[in-house]
Amino acid sequence: MSDTHAHSVAFARDTMLPPAPPPPGETGAIRWIRENLFSSWSNGLLTIVSIYLIWSILSAILPWTLQGIWDAGSLGECRAIRDERGLSTAACWAVINERWLQILFGFYPTDNQLLASWFYSDELAAAGGLEAVFGPGSNSTARIEFIAAMKADIGNLVVFFFGYWRPLMALALLVVAVAPILYSSLPRKLLWFSLAYPFVAVFLLWGGTIWGPVSVAVGLVAAILVGRVVAAASGALLGMLAGIVAVLAIFLNPLPFADIGLFPLLPHVTGVLNAAMPIGLEAIPSDDFGGFMLAIIIGTSGIVLSLPLGIVLALGRQSSMPLIKWICVTFIEVIRGVPLIVWLFTASLLLNYFLPPGTNFDLLLRVIIMVTLFASAYLAEVVRGGLAALPKGQYEAADSLGLDYWKAMRLIVLPQALKISIPGIVNTFIGLFKDTTLVVFIGLRDPLGLTNAIRATAEWNGIYWELYIFVGLLFFVFCFFMSRYSMYLERKLQTDRR
Amino acid sequence: MKKSVFLGTLAVAGLAAGLASAQSTLEQVQARGSLLCGSNEGLAGFAAPDANGVWQGFDVSLCRAIATAVLGDPQAVEFVPLTSQTRFTALAAGEVDVLVRNSTWTYSRDTDLNLDFVGVNYYDGQGFMVRSDLGVSSATELDGATVCIQTGTTTELNLADFFRVNNITYEPVPVATNAEGQQQYLAGACDVYTTDVSGLAATRATFENASEHVILPEIVSKEPLGPVVRHGDNDWGDIVRWTLNALVAAEEYGVTSANVRELAAAPTANPEINRLLGTEGELGAMMGLANDWAVNVIAAVGNYGEVFEQNIGENTPVGLARGLNAQWTDGGLLYSPPFR
Repeated sequence: MSDTHAHSVAFARDTMLPPAPPPPGETGAIRWIRENLFSSWSNGLLTIVSIYLIWSILSAILPWTLQGIWDAGSLGECRAIRDERGLSTAACWAVINERWLQILFGFYPTDNQLLASWFYSDELAAAGGLEAVFGPGSNSTARIEFIAAMKADIGNLVVFFFGYWRPLMALALLVVAVAPILYSSLPRKLLWFSLAYPFVAVFLLWGGTIWGPVSVAVGLVAAILVGRVVAAASGALLGMLAGIVAVLAIFLNPLPFADIGLFPLLPHVTGVLNAAMPIGLEAIPSDDFGGFMLAIIIGTSGIVLSLPLGIVLALGRQSSMPLIKWICVTFIEVIRGVPLIVWLFTASLLLNYFLPPGTNFDLLLRVIIMVTLFASAYLAEVVRGGLAALPKGQYEAADSLGLDYWKAMRLIVLPQALKISIPGIVNTFIGLFKDTTLVVFIGLRDPLGLTNAIRATAEWNGIYWELYIFVGLLFFVFCFFMSRYSMYLERKLQTDRR
Repeated sequence: MKKSVFLGTLAVAGLAAGLASAQSTLEQVQARGSLLCGSNEGLAGFAAPDANGVWQGFDVSLCRAIATAVLGDPQAVEFVPLTSQTRFTALAAGEVDVLVRNSTWTYSRDTDLNLDFVGVNYYDGQGFMVRSDLGVSSATELDGATVCIQTGTTTELNLADFFRVNNITYEPVPVATNAEGQQQYLAGACDVYTTDVSGLAATRATFENASEHVILPEIVSKEPLGPVVRHGDNDWGDIVRWTLNALVAAEEYGVTSANVRELAAAPTANPEINRLLGTEGELGAMMGLANDWAVNVIAAVGNYGEVFEQNIGENTPVGLARGLNAQWTDGGLLYSPPFR
């Protein structure tokens, strides 16, 4: 037996055969192509047709894009350069090269004094110094010519970084302020800066005395403190009332019938502080805001303000108190049932008739309020979807723990509901951000409106694609970031049964 | 919390309001230190920003002229961009002091809208542009043509009238904006593009082969474009009207930005020039302005002819001839009432 056995062993291999290379056509790129592109006759045909389509599109676009002309003073010069180089087609990127600052910032003024004293000091001295060029009583036409010469000399990049330092700093601080909200790994103390950021941004962007935003912030804190103290002493209802009275006293006149000149307190406080310590930046009116900066301002304020408002509306719509419920339902349905452009026209045209004559209610502020209300109605429905998706047991569990309404919402219901709603919320935000271009119809200088203005100049009349492509790219970058962030957030919060 | 933020922002915005309504427009402008001029968001030759954001153009120059008359500073203007939908409400609501936005003076706008057109700074009219290889020399030969036309404008109505009166047919291709019309016409979507002649000229100037397109001689409508002010403050209307008249009169009397200082230094032989430039009489004071207001205006922006040549004249890309906008002495319609 053993012999037989030993004999039979001789036939058994004790080493593995080295793996043979796969047969030709079953490996690498060829296999991938065969499996994915030519797996059948019909797929093969589709592949060839698609490749032809892609090629014909790219062969039209790429030469136009890549052979584009960056250095020219007008569309006519662009065409001349193109013919000189013997090209049949070429983009005229020179318009972006010359006007990109305008598309980004509109007519927001640059800090010319800083530019002049840092980068153009010799010519400034030759022109008689800061006071002679920029001081009160200086010749405005000469000043404009000086600035034009200066900007042509120092170039767009320097103007971008130093001339527009105020909006740039506001944007940089926005990133700092938003980061602790977006990424929970950052220290929580940064959240205090996030709270203070709106006031910092208003000061940087609009300028004026620093005491305006400071006293508004202090006034809000004071009103909350008054409310808290009274609430602790004599109940929540009285506390809320005291808070409202404090707000009225600080920001409005609570006694409109008796004009005693004391209320509202805010302007007095601001005036006194400003007289004592005049610190501030040059004030810039909202009319000068424009370009992509305007889209960011409207979009960001709309997003930040509409989220809490939308959550409150969604909760209100589910409320068991009929009055609150019906107010919320009416608000949501009315706002959502009318196109945004109608609301914008209401903001820009109709509101004037309701406000007292001579009131100068900032158009930008009106637009931000309208956009916020519009987005919050949509958000309310998105959040309501999240609330409805939550099993009833979660609500009952919260109740059985003895939590009151707000605690149950804050600790149990909303964290889950909001997590479910993330794609919908971000979707609304992206929509809101792109909708900011609609303000062009009420005469705000958004990027698209600026393309019209740029086209109206003799140099660039007749130029279309280059401007639209640039504006489109700017929007794409922002929307793409938002979409990527929402996917990151979903992955991070994925704790459940998927 | 939410509510208080809202009220707070409201209050802050309201602070700037003040009690402006009690003042006249002139006082408001002087107190503000700048003129709020309702302007186009961009129209070739009439209003456009240069690379530094400084507005240039034919309408813009009139705004600067008014600012110079009132404040002595041609740069003391804030241009408020207005669309054709928002322009009249913005003026009526007091968001701008004066509207210089190529607005046509019509009966209903002047009466029903409670606005005052104080003059005409450009006589325009609707025209047609076609490719020259079409072989058309008159608009009456356009039977059966496809026409690119901006919807919701008076040009649309004028077009229908013109073709009906001449008993010929056309096929409209509706477009929303001038930019779209330009593209459609170039792409061959329509044989004819119609809008105001100044617009056609500006459009044609941007074409690669401008000589392949002709603007037909027919002008089918009257479009007197002029500055507009609110009803009710006639003193302010006077200032705008006579600033425009001063530009026109200056051209008539040969006063230019180059020689105005010299002419204003001492009374000249022409009493009309002397009254215009304030070396004789007290005309400025009658409007509440300095006596040399017209000198400053002409020195800053030039006379009507200079403004025209700089922005839309034959040496500019827009390349418009004076035509109706010549002085009455040259067979045009410009006719300033006497400065007396």
